[in-house]
Amino acid sequence: MNKKWLIHLMLIVGAVVMITPFLWMVLTSMKSFGEAMQVPITILPQEWLLENYAEVFASVDLLRYYFNTFVVTLGRTLAQIVLCSLAAFAFARMDFPGRNVLFILILSVLMVPMQIILIPNYGILTALGWIDTFYALIVPGMFSAFGVFLLRQFFMGIPKELDEAATIDGCSYFGIYWRIILPNATPALIALGIFTILASWNDFLWPLVMTNSEETRMLSVGISSFQGQYSTNYPLLMAGAVLSTIPMLIIFVILQKHLVSGIALQGVRR
Amino acid sequence: MSNASALTKPKWSKRKRKEALWAYLFIAPTLLGLFVFYMMPALASFGLSFTNWNGITPPQFIGLDNIVRLFQSGSFIRTLINTFVFTVVSVPMAVILATGIAVLLNQKIKGMVVYRTIYFLPMVTMPVAVGMVWKWLYNTDYGLLNYLLGLLHLPQPAWLFNPNIALLSVIAVYVWMTVGNNIILILAGLQGISQTYYEAAQIDGASKFKQLIKITIPLLTPTLFFVFITGMISSLQVFDLIFIMIGDSHVLLEPLRTLVYGVYESGFEYSQMGYASAQAFLLFLAILTVTIAQFAFQKKWVHYDG
Repeated sequence: MNKKWLIHLMLIVGAVVMITPFLWMVLTSMKSFGEAMQVPITILPQEWLLENYAEVFASVDLLRYYFNTFVVTLGRTLAQIVLCSLAAFAFARMDFPGRNVLFILILSVLMVPMQIILIPNYGILTALGWIDTFYALIVPGMFSAFGVFLLRQFFMGIPKELDEAATIDGCSYFGIYWRIILPNATPALIALGIFTILASWNDFLWPLVMTNSEETRMLSVGISSFQGQYSTNYPLLMAGAVLSTIPMLIIFVILQKHLVSGIALQGVRR
Repeated sequence: MSNASALTKPKWSKRKRKEALWAYLFIAPTLLGLFVFYMMPALASFGLSFTNWNGITPPQFIGLDNIVRLFQSGSFIRTLINTFVFTVVSVPMAVILATGIAVLLNQKIKGMVVYRTIYFLPMVTMPVAVGMVWKWLYNTDYGLLNYLLGLLHLPQPAWLFNPNIALLSVIAVYVWMTVGNNIILILAGLQGISQTYYEAAQIDGASKFKQLIKITIPLLTPTLFFVFITGMISSLQVFDLIFIMIGDSHVLLEPLRTLVYGVYESGFEYSQMGYASAQAFLLFLAILTVTIAQFAFQKKWVHYDG
C-alpha cells in the first residue's frame, strides 16, 4: 500500500502550488511596507499588522463597493433564475409555433463572445441614458442563453408523467412550472445560481467600461484602480486583494458540493 | 394539404391557442432581453467594423479600411501571435495537468474533499486579485518565487519584465487559475466510466498503467473534448488577468497584449469604436474557426460509447 503514499505525495505537491499564492497574499498583507521591500525577504511577518486593512478602508470606499457588487450580483442572479427557468419551461414542456426556430435563435447567442457585443452595447446604453447607472450593471446581465439551455436540458429529464397528472388535476401552466418543474429541478437551479453569482461578483470588463463614478463602482474595478494608485505598495494591495476575495472564497468553500455538481452537470449533459 | 388539415379538425383549438399564448409569455422577457443586448449588438458589431465610429459622432462607412489598417499594423500581428500562443500553450497544459490530478483524485483516497477544495480555490478567486498576487510573487527583487529559486541557487529571471518569457509567465497563472474547473469536469467524466471495464482488465492481468492508456483515456475523450473546446473559447477571451498584469507598464504592452485587450484599448482608451469592432469581429471569427475545427477533428480522437 505504499502506492497510496505516492499519490498523496503528488497531490500534496500540487496542493502546495495551488495554496501558496493565497498564503503569501495573507502574509504580505500583514507586513509593513519596509519589511516587504527588504532583501532577503522574510516569510512570516516580524510583527503581525492589521494596519494595511485599516488603510484600505480609509483610502477607498470599500463598503460601498461591497454593497454595489452585492446588489448587482443579487439582481442578476434572481432575475436569471426566474427568467431563464420560465423560458426553459416553455421550450421543454410546451408546444407552440416557432418553438424550434426560437430555441435555435437563443442558442446562437451562446456562440457570441462577450467582447463583440461590448461596443454596440456601449452605444445602446448611452442611448438609454444608462451609462454609469445600476441599470447598465444589472439589466443586460439578467438574460442568459446559457441559463435557458442548461435548465431546458435539465427540465427535459424530469418525467413527463408528473405534469400530465397535474394537468388532469386542473393545474395551470404556471402551476406546473411552479409546483412540478421547479421543485424537481433544484440542482440545476442552484448550479445556474452559483455560476451567475461567481460571474457577476468577479465581473470586470463590463463594469470597467459601463461605469466610471464612485457611486456605481464594483469591487473588481475598485480594487483594480486601487492597484493603479498604490502600484508598489504591495502589503496594502494584498490587503485589498484579501478583502475582495474573502467573501467568495468563504461562500464557495461552504457551497463547494453544489459548485462541483453544477460544473459536472454542464459537462455531462451534452 | 389544406384539405388534410381541415379534416384533422381545428388545429388551433382554444386549448392549443392558450398554450401557445402562455409559452410566448414565458419566453418573451428572455427573448426580448437577448435580442436587445446580445443579438442586435452582435449584428451591429459586424456593421460597425466597416465604419470609423468614435462613440460620439455618427459612424461613417469606410469599407475595409479597419481590416487593412489592422493587418498593416505590426502591433496587431503581434497581438494575434500572443493570443494564439496563449491558447495553444495554456489549454493543453491545463487539460493535461487536470487529467493527471483528476486520475489521482479518483483513487478513493483519504482527504479527497480537502484536496478538491484546495485545487478549486483559484477558480473562485477574482481574476483581478489573482493578477495582483501573482505580480507580487513574480516580482524580480522581492518576489517569493525568486527568493525560493535563490535558495536553490537557480537563476532568478525577471518573470514579467523579460519580454521573452512574460507571456509564458502569465500563461502559467492562467493554468493555475483554470485547472480546478477542468479537474471537476474530468473527475465527473472519470466517475461515469463503468467499473466493469476495469474488472475485466484486471482478470486479463492488465497493469494499472495499461488500464489508464487503454480504458480510462479513450473513454474519457468525450469529456476531454468538451474541456478542450470550452477551454479554448475562454482562453481566447481572457482579459482581466492581462489587464492587471500590464497595468500602467508600457514595457509589457507588446509582449502581453491579446485580442480582447486590443478591443478594450482601441475602443475605450482611444475611442476608436469602429476599429475596435473590427478586432472584436476577428475574435469572433477566431472562436468560430477553433470550434468548427475541433468538431471536424473530433472523429480522429473522440470515442463515443466505448
